[in-house]
Amino acid sequence: MNYTFHWLPAFRALPDMLWGALVTLEVAVLSMLLGVFFAVLLAVASGSNYRVLRGAAASWIELARNTPALFQIYMAYFGLGSLGIHLDSFPALLAGITFNNAGYLAETFRGGLRAVPPTQLRAARSLGMGQIQAFRLIVLPQMFRVVFYPLTNQMVWAILMTSLGVIVGLNNDLTGVTQELNVRSFRTFEYFALAAVIYYLLAKLVTLSARLLAWRLFRY
Amino acid sequence: MSIEIKDVHKSFGALEVVKGVTMTVEKGEVVSVIGGSGSGKSTLLMCINGLEPINSGHILVDGTDVHARGTDLNKLRRKIGIVFQQWNAFPHLTVLENVMLAPRKVLGKSRAEAEAIAVEKLSHVGLAEKLKVYPSRLSGGQQQRMAIARALAMSPDYMLFDEVTSALDPQLVGEVLDTMRLLSSEGMTMIVVTHEIAFAREVSNRVAFFHKGRIHEIGPPAQVIGAPREPETVAFLKSVL
Repeated sequence: MNYTFHWLPAFRALPDMLWGALVTLEVAVLSMLLGVFFAVLLAVASGSNYRVLRGAAASWIELARNTPALFQIYMAYFGLGSLGIHLDSFPALLAGITFNNAGYLAETFRGGLRAVPPTQLRAARSLGMGQIQAFRLIVLPQMFRVVFYPLTNQMVWAILMTSLGVIVGLNNDLTGVTQELNVRSFRTFEYFALAAVIYYLLAKLVTLSARLLAWRLFRY
Repeated sequence: MSIEIKDVHKSFGALEVVKGVTMTVEKGEVVSVIGGSGSGKSTLLMCINGLEPINSGHILVDGTDVHARGTDLNKLRRKIGIVFQQWNAFPHLTVLENVMLAPRKVLGKSRAEAEAIAVEKLSHVGLAEKLKVYPSRLSGGQQQRMAIARALAMSPDYMLFDEVTSALDPQLVGEVLDTMRLLSSEGMTMIVVTHEIAFAREVSNRVAFFHKGRIHEIGPPAQVIGAPREPETVAFLKSVL
């Protein structure tokens, strides 16, 4: 082995990489917010009486869960591009990950909903609560506990998926910045090792804060 | 002031479980409903507060037709408390919060008012020591008493009990029956679906024997339980006593 490690330039690039990490977090958080929104719609559509709606939801969920995330992002950028819809790197990546998140989370929500016994809703209604009120006060909080950890996992997964942005030309997220630095200096190992540590810490940060939050929220 | 049940029929799909039941429960009365499993007695309770729709007939609560199109069921249910076989505690709320929730969110009481009501009702059923505890830490009997307090917190005019002791361990049945005895002694109007024949005999003004979706025999407990006229009633009582 005749490779000499040069860590100093990597550490000098740390501020740039941390700014990149902020973009990474931005994509992940946005994709989760949008993902939850679409997942709720998908979960509702899955239980709908309209065949078309059910079919559309099922296709989304099946595709999101059973094809590579890389392809989903690729399709949002180049695929839609060939159809004349041109998205920039950032929105294309966001769309791809949102598509993936929504598919997984829709199933999570469906399972969460099924985990709350229907007798809970009945008991709430018997006290004079309306359907929506009973759902909001009794079913949702219990469902939230069931989906909380899967939601956390998906958030970690979303952070890691953002690294795929590099294939649709995103150059200001953590992987994008690292790749630019690498191309300029060829200190591949150092830069990517450092980036990996930052991804690891981001993921850990999410898991640990989730654990803390769960401890605060779920006292029962 | 009464619950009037007039020729009510109720089916689940092709299966008719309530086949023309007529009965009136006057304010202040305690009516126990006994009968074998699947005789339609629990279903009838669900129909009284509109948790289950009916196929034909009428149920009037203080003159309001429960199943009429324009009836505000949410409003009507405020005066009909129900306690279920599976107590259905809300697991994510403390005992106090379980009881406070409906007075606050349905009746629009302030937090302080709701808390005062909840503390009063919980003390009444003997749970004053358990206010801050989550239901998972309670025994079945305690959870069931909490469910009774939760229904009472709405100050209902009527209380429906759906086999409230059936899912309890035998040693916990007594404390729940004691709570119901207390309510009846205070003049609460109650319809009690139960398998506790001795209890029915003791607290009821009238006992109705359900058989195959119909009221087979109804009258004072001394008659229906003490000296039943119908052979089906005799056979049923023989099987449970």
